[in-house]
Amino acid sequence: MNNFFHELRKYPSVIASLILISFLIGVSIYAITTIPYEEAKRLWRGGEEIWYTNPRQAAPEWINWFSKNKQAVSFSLRTTNPGVSRTILTEENGNSEIIFSIPFDYQYDSFPQELMIYFSSTFTAKQPYADVTLITPDGREIHLNNFALINRQTYRLSQDDRLTRWLRNDNVLQALFRDPQVETPTPLKGSYSVVISAYTFEANSTVDVELVMHGTLAGWAGTDHLRRDLSVALLWGTPIALAFGLLAALGTTFTTMVIAAIGAWYRGWLDELIQRVTEINLVLPFLPLLLMIGTFHSRSIWVILGATILLNIFGGAIKTNRAIFLQIKESPYIEAARVYNASDIRIILRYLTPRLIPTLIPQLVTLIPTYVFIEASLAVLGLGDPELPTWGKVINDAFVNSAPYQGLYYWMLEPAVMLIITSLAFAMLGFSLDRIFNPRLRQI
Amino acid sequence: MANIAYSQRSSTFKRVAVYITGRLVMMFATVVIGVFLTILIANMGGYVDEIQRGIIREDVSQAANQNLSLRSLTSEERMHWVNEQIILREKQLGLDKPFMVRAVKFMKDALTLNLGRAQRMTSDKGSQMVRDIILERLPPTLILFGISGLLLFVVEIWIALGLSRHYGGFWDKLFVFLAPASTSPAWFYGIFLILIFAAMLGILPFGGMMDAPVPDNWVDYTLSLLRHMILPLVAVTLSQIFLNTYNWRTFFLIYSNEDYVEMAKAKGLPSRVIEREYIMRPTLPTIITSFALTLIGLWQGFIIMETVFNWPGMGRAYFQAVQFFDVPVIVGMTVINAYMLAITMFILDFIYAILDPRVQVANQGGNQ
Repeated sequence: MNNFFHELRKYPSVIASLILISFLIGVSIYAITTIPYEEAKRLWRGGEEIWYTNPRQAAPEWINWFSKNKQAVSFSLRTTNPGVSRTILTEENGNSEIIFSIPFDYQYDSFPQELMIYFSSTFTAKQPYADVTLITPDGREIHLNNFALINRQTYRLSQDDRLTRWLRNDNVLQALFRDPQVETPTPLKGSYSVVISAYTFEANSTVDVELVMHGTLAGWAGTDHLRRDLSVALLWGTPIALAFGLLAALGTTFTTMVIAAIGAWYRGWLDELIQRVTEINLVLPFLPLLLMIGTFHSRSIWVILGATILLNIFGGAIKTNRAIFLQIKESPYIEAARVYNASDIRIILRYLTPRLIPTLIPQLVTLIPTYVFIEASLAVLGLGDPELPTWGKVINDAFVNSAPYQGLYYWMLEPAVMLIITSLAFAMLGFSLDRIFNPRLRQI
Repeated sequence: MANIAYSQRSSTFKRVAVYITGRLVMMFATVVIGVFLTILIANMGGYVDEIQRGIIREDVSQAANQNLSLRSLTSEERMHWVNEQIILREKQLGLDKPFMVRAVKFMKDALTLNLGRAQRMTSDKGSQMVRDIILERLPPTLILFGISGLLLFVVEIWIALGLSRHYGGFWDKLFVFLAPASTSPAWFYGIFLILIFAAMLGILPFGGMMDAPVPDNWVDYTLSLLRHMILPLVAVTLSQIFLNTYNWRTFFLIYSNEDYVEMAKAKGLPSRVIEREYIMRPTLPTIITSFALTLIGLWQGFIIMETVFNWPGMGRAYFQAVQFFDVPVIVGMTVINAYMLAITMFILDFIYAILDPRVQVANQGGNQ
């Protein structure tokens, strides 16, 4: 074993691939522990209620690192956030004035897409009343609007007609955030503040607010056409891809090996049957069959996994394995086992199959990315799992919503990079293991 | 002497004939079972029938709503008319017969290449015959993937021979290093190429086979076709060339290490002769098998490639057929694939026997 690790160190590609694989495993563990399975499904299914703080199709924040022209990053501020203050002035008659002051820093070179205030209030008969003011960095106080509140209400600045007319500009956000001293519209940088004065007219009446700004960037992974944060799919795609690839590779490789060994050991009609089933299976087109199962039956990733394993068990590998087993079968040690009356099962499982393991393990590792890509391929054709977030589904969403035509490169590149990491890590490991376990070629 | 030789030859002929017949029967049985399984899966235990019944019901009710002459009828009479139409349509599609009966008839038709009518798909010319649809979609697939398959195959072997000659050199190391890159499928490289050359640089088309107004002279036509072929060709090349070349190179290396090659070298034979007569010759059966299987495997792998590149070939047609639940088209394509595979395997047996004197046709029977 020590020798083995010593040997490993001679192959830098093994070290590199092991680092990549531990990265993938780390991401998987992080994803599973921070977002439980059901929660991941709920988030990915989620609509406006979950993702209202995100703009649609926003690029990730790190785009700003590579660009001189800083784009606005989306954010949302609640009263629980530090810096946000809430002052309650209660009068004797039960009426009160609640003043929310929500300061935020704006240091970007582009205008925000939208600024929204989400009000939530409780009252029995008399509606509370709100008055919204924006304070710009140069000290101007711009009174935006005032209105009576219902239980849940959203105030969107860009859709405020009164404001449009008053500012004489269809683009309200541009008019509010621009520097008045400069001719061309450029945002005024500095700390802004939204001040909301809410008046309640009942003793138990409450008002709470949340300020949401939609910039052109959001989160470290960006968002898709349904405002969903792509980080959910990137994180959860990892354990799904690894589980799919690993289970499929293990399931097919070992079952194939045992079946080939059984055929080679017993010969006769059993061997014939295995041979014929393999030939029939070779005639069946694998991917087209998977497409049919995905379309007609179920798109669940676990059904597809089962079908993938079943259709690949009787693959061409049975023939190669069988040929090797037929040779091993004649070895003296098998003869010896037969002499002391070892059972057939014992010979097959303990004496025959272990001989093939060194050649099988590199194959198995190299097969993992192949199966990961099968899942991705189905997803790219629109047959991805309907509930779970996977990398392939993100690529498919991007393609269907014409991300390449719109220049939304991050949307396709992020899942693609994860796929590349996975495929390279396992492929490199498999190739190196092949050279370590089967050193025949090294001497040439 | 002549007599003995003759009798030997005749007995060999007899044994070969028995062998061939056995193989043929076996192959045909394989194809029959394979096609039958496809029909079973393509029907998902009657699920597709339900879908088709639903579609018919919807079509007919819609037609009834739009048919002005039915307005005057009472709702009962109209229901009667709708039901009659449904029964008529179901009979047309054969839905009134039990599934097994249909499946067997279907298989018989399929195996005799009587592929029948598509249920929903049509060819671009408007024909509903499955045969027309397949024949129309075959040339684009053959042009793109036939060419890429052939070219790649030759190039790979040529490079591999070169690499095995200079084992351990820079190019050899480069190909060994790049071999893992070929685990990604062609469509994956395809989306990157589309992103770079179509979306960012805008110098090549996003997909399709022809510019929008089809050029009327053949020079422009060919140029347009070639322009549309560049990205898919590059994608296929990237996804295959490294791994395949690596495998061939390893394969040639094993053979170039045999004693008889050493012997030939010792005799001072020129390296070209050694390569042709001592390395290529014994590896020829393997090369040919792999070539044939590459050709057959083409359309399977290109379902996604053709969908990604919007290429109007067999793969995309197959995917459309699956989405339309068009069982005749699905089965038609599977049958043709199965036949091609079986025929190729059969021919391979012969080529093996001719090329590899170690294969003893007669004694081994059906066992390889």
